[in-house]
Amino acid sequence: MSERKCVSYRVLVGLEIHVQLSTRTKMFTGVVNASGALKAGDTPPEPNTAVDEQVLGLPGVLPVMNKRAVEYAIKTGLALGCKIARFTKWDRKSYYYPDLPKNYQISQYDLPLCYDGIFELITEKGIKKVRIRRAHLEEDAGKLLHEAPGGYPIEGSIVDLNRAGTPLLEIVTEPDFDSPASVSAFAQELQRLVQYLGVSEGQMQLGHMRFEPNINVHITDQNGQVHKTAITEIKNLNSFSVLEKATDYEVRRQIREWEETGSLGRKSTYGWDELKQETFHQRDKEEAHDYRYFPDPDLMPVEVTEEWLTELKNQVGELPSARRERYIRALGLSPTDAAALASDKSTGDFFEQIVSAGVPAKRASTLMEALREMSNERVRKVTELGVTPDHLARIGQLIESGQLAASKEVTRKILDTILNEAAGLATPEQIVQTAQKLGLIQTTDTTAIDAAIEAVLASNPKPLQDYRSGKQTALGALVGMVMKSAKGMNAKLVQERLKQKLG
Amino acid sequence: MSQSFATLVEVRNAIASKQISAVELTRQVLQRIESLDPVLHCYNEVWADRALQVAKEVDQGQRQGELAGVPIALKDNLCTRYGRTTCSSRMLANFKAPYDATVVRKLESAGAVIVGKTNLDEFAMGSSTENSAFGPTRNPWDTDRVPGGSSGGSAAALAASFCYGSIGSDTGGSIRQPASLCGLVGLKPTYGRISRYGLVAFASSLDQIGPFAWTVSDAALLLKVMSGHDPKDSTSAPMDVPDYVSSVDRPVEGLRIGIVKEYQSLPGLDPQVRSAIEQAIRTYEKLGARIVEVSLPNSAYGIAAYYVIAPCEASSNLARYDGVHYGHRTKEPVNDIVELFSKSRAEGFGDEVKRRIMIGTYALSSGYYDAYYVRAQKVRALIKRDFDHAFGFCDVILTPTSPMPAFRIGEKSSDPLSMYLCDIFTVTCNIAALPGISLPCGFTQDAKPLPIGMQLLAPAFGESTLLRVARMFEQATDFHTRRPVLG
Repeated sequence: MSERKCVSYRVLVGLEIHVQLSTRTKMFTGVVNASGALKAGDTPPEPNTAVDEQVLGLPGVLPVMNKRAVEYAIKTGLALGCKIARFTKWDRKSYYYPDLPKNYQISQYDLPLCYDGIFELITEKGIKKVRIRRAHLEEDAGKLLHEAPGGYPIEGSIVDLNRAGTPLLEIVTEPDFDSPASVSAFAQELQRLVQYLGVSEGQMQLGHMRFEPNINVHITDQNGQVHKTAITEIKNLNSFSVLEKATDYEVRRQIREWEETGSLGRKSTYGWDELKQETFHQRDKEEAHDYRYFPDPDLMPVEVTEEWLTELKNQVGELPSARRERYIRALGLSPTDAAALASDKSTGDFFEQIVSAGVPAKRASTLMEALREMSNERVRKVTELGVTPDHLARIGQLIESGQLAASKEVTRKILDTILNEAAGLATPEQIVQTAQKLGLIQTTDTTAIDAAIEAVLASNPKPLQDYRSGKQTALGALVGMVMKSAKGMNAKLVQERLKQKLG
Repeated sequence: MSQSFATLVEVRNAIASKQISAVELTRQVLQRIESLDPVLHCYNEVWADRALQVAKEVDQGQRQGELAGVPIALKDNLCTRYGRTTCSSRMLANFKAPYDATVVRKLESAGAVIVGKTNLDEFAMGSSTENSAFGPTRNPWDTDRVPGGSSGGSAAALAASFCYGSIGSDTGGSIRQPASLCGLVGLKPTYGRISRYGLVAFASSLDQIGPFAWTVSDAALLLKVMSGHDPKDSTSAPMDVPDYVSSVDRPVEGLRIGIVKEYQSLPGLDPQVRSAIEQAIRTYEKLGARIVEVSLPNSAYGIAAYYVIAPCEASSNLARYDGVHYGHRTKEPVNDIVELFSKSRAEGFGDEVKRRIMIGTYALSSGYYDAYYVRAQKVRALIKRDFDHAFGFCDVILTPTSPMPAFRIGEKSSDPLSMYLCDIFTVTCNIAALPGISLPCGFTQDAKPLPIGMQLLAPAFGESTLLRVARMFEQATDFHTRRPVLG
């Protein structure tokens, strides 16, 4: 038996995220942004075609800043609750690597464009504040390949510079995550955010977002003593599930290493082995490069004026967090529902149109759930399904007036039918017709309901007796029987009338 | 062989008036290069066929402009789609650029006939053109001597009448010093006046392209053609270009010339240079100028700051030459990529380039950055402030260009520090991003008389003033009319 025992532990994770921005052209030249601007389903261009003399780092070339990329970065910074530097500059980060044509990367060192942010992450345990240390802009490197495209073996290595020069936003958080799940939750929230802002396509499989968690654990042993492991960084994770798995593995590996050897490890860099499903050691941080940063003399410093910043703030409009807050405070939605609706601009707008048609917010939110389900199934955006806010508003009104059951299944039935039959060309009135055709319209005629109740009570004395002798559950059984006896009755009304009757 | 035209403007006018055809003139120049350049080695590459083709197009009226038909030489660190761009380095010995530098585009649009690419100190690092991987250039005034550097090839090519104007680059004096040693007018414009796009970078915050010419008017014309904002160079100034040519003959009224107090007692100044400068000051006095003493207290730190800033930037700018994508790659077997980098670079670069890469890499390293780079930038700010203050009392500042006339080949090549001191009067101009001009102001008493140059400095974007003040001196003297005797 080991003499060391981890009785309890605290996980501390900070996250570095590289986000490729979706500007039309690259960070420092007019050549097309072949990587960042790629949309889901697009075919990437042939290797080394999205290049020019600047991307190739030929002698005599000079960088020219892409202002749009700076604007995208500022918008993201604003959305992450960051302060925006009024004066910033470009620095050269030097290291030799074959995928880096100039052997330096233009980046930002001591004056990042965005800094000191606080982002509110919605979790099951409530709102969690994630501090953003900085978000700076830089150019992406190319790709070094050790096999030919398609997996064919080659001698030596080959370089594809299509990705080189892509505008890249590096976001660094403080170590504010206490679980692998919360790291992944933040990453997913960030994806929604950059897509909401329209600054990145955010396609994981296209490498638009890459994650590097920094992990360590505070272990409490059987004597109540706390042991802090050294921070390790896992490089280049490009899916949410791998991010979560790798973080989880690394937490356990650190604890296991301490329990088995007593070692707290060394500050080092790890990779993720997808086949073995484990992290592996790459290098110790002591071996880390001296990047010899200095200001790039080829570029002018950037001054962010009040006017420019105001304009960008206006373009960003209401941020998801503010919208979420408004849904909770003014519309009385639960934090989870509010977050789901507010994370995507078009979804939020869609929802608000239903509300402004007179449907209560909570009802509209429930209707949106059905819509999101359909959106996931059909892999289409909510706004691109072919269903309009008017359609949902009509359904909402029918539910409010008691003519439709307030159930997701009923809503889905109507919407699915409409989409299959009218392919998005249905008028709101067709909602009513479809509901009627499907036999979903409920009667609110009390005479008919009373008649049905009478009939059921007459032929079912047992439940009636049970109820009268104090068995409350018997009421439910009776409602069910009434509903079954004649289709299309409003359940709420049936219950009301039945209660009155039994008085 | 007839060499009957003294200046660029004369030759331009002769072509325009059909006194001589561009083809005939180009042929004369090419013949002269063919017979004499094997000794001088001004050119790394002569574009004979292309030059004749362009000249023919000028004669046929297909090419027009302010430089139509004028033979021009380019320093071989300006990228050209035609021919090679070597920087006189083994590293780029076979490099062909897929694009033209902005200045090359502008010169050709003005009708210039590019004759070829001229020799330089490797990557423009040096003051003698001896640091060329392809051998030194010789001074046409005395072929045992250096033409100065790093733009020695461009200076010597013009001095030897292998062209009628030439283009260099100046990072710490690389146009003005060879102009001085070759008896020419050499102009380093304000940083940002001319686009650097396509100039192979040495030290990006100091590099500036400029012309060599026999006369101030010729220099004004070349400056006018090359100047202006370039969207491809963020550091180029978004300012209009004044007509330097039409204003050049207008003397500056009430001219005040500043003499630098700290330079009066400077050791190492050649006595013949000193006396030529004193004579030049008297000439200006006779022209009605008022001489005022100004102080540049921090100029003493100019060389030190320069030899930190320039190598720092160079170490980064030259990092791209690694043998992976283009340029020299070792043929030795290598075990890994790092060995490929280091062997290719060890073979591809010369000693002076390696020395500066090492100095710069060291100075930018963690733990030394503040002591070197940051401190040098502070000195830079102080030197700028000194100039701002001094220009409150004068219109231009007059100094020697080089502390000595052309020295012998090999004389300083084993002593880098004494070579660095050649830049003592010129570097502060780059550090403060000012315009500076060198023009001939005398000759030595040697058996083969050597030219002596003086330097004039003006506030940023004060090129018009600078040219007008230089022209005043030129009109009062005849140093600019002398030519070396060759062959």
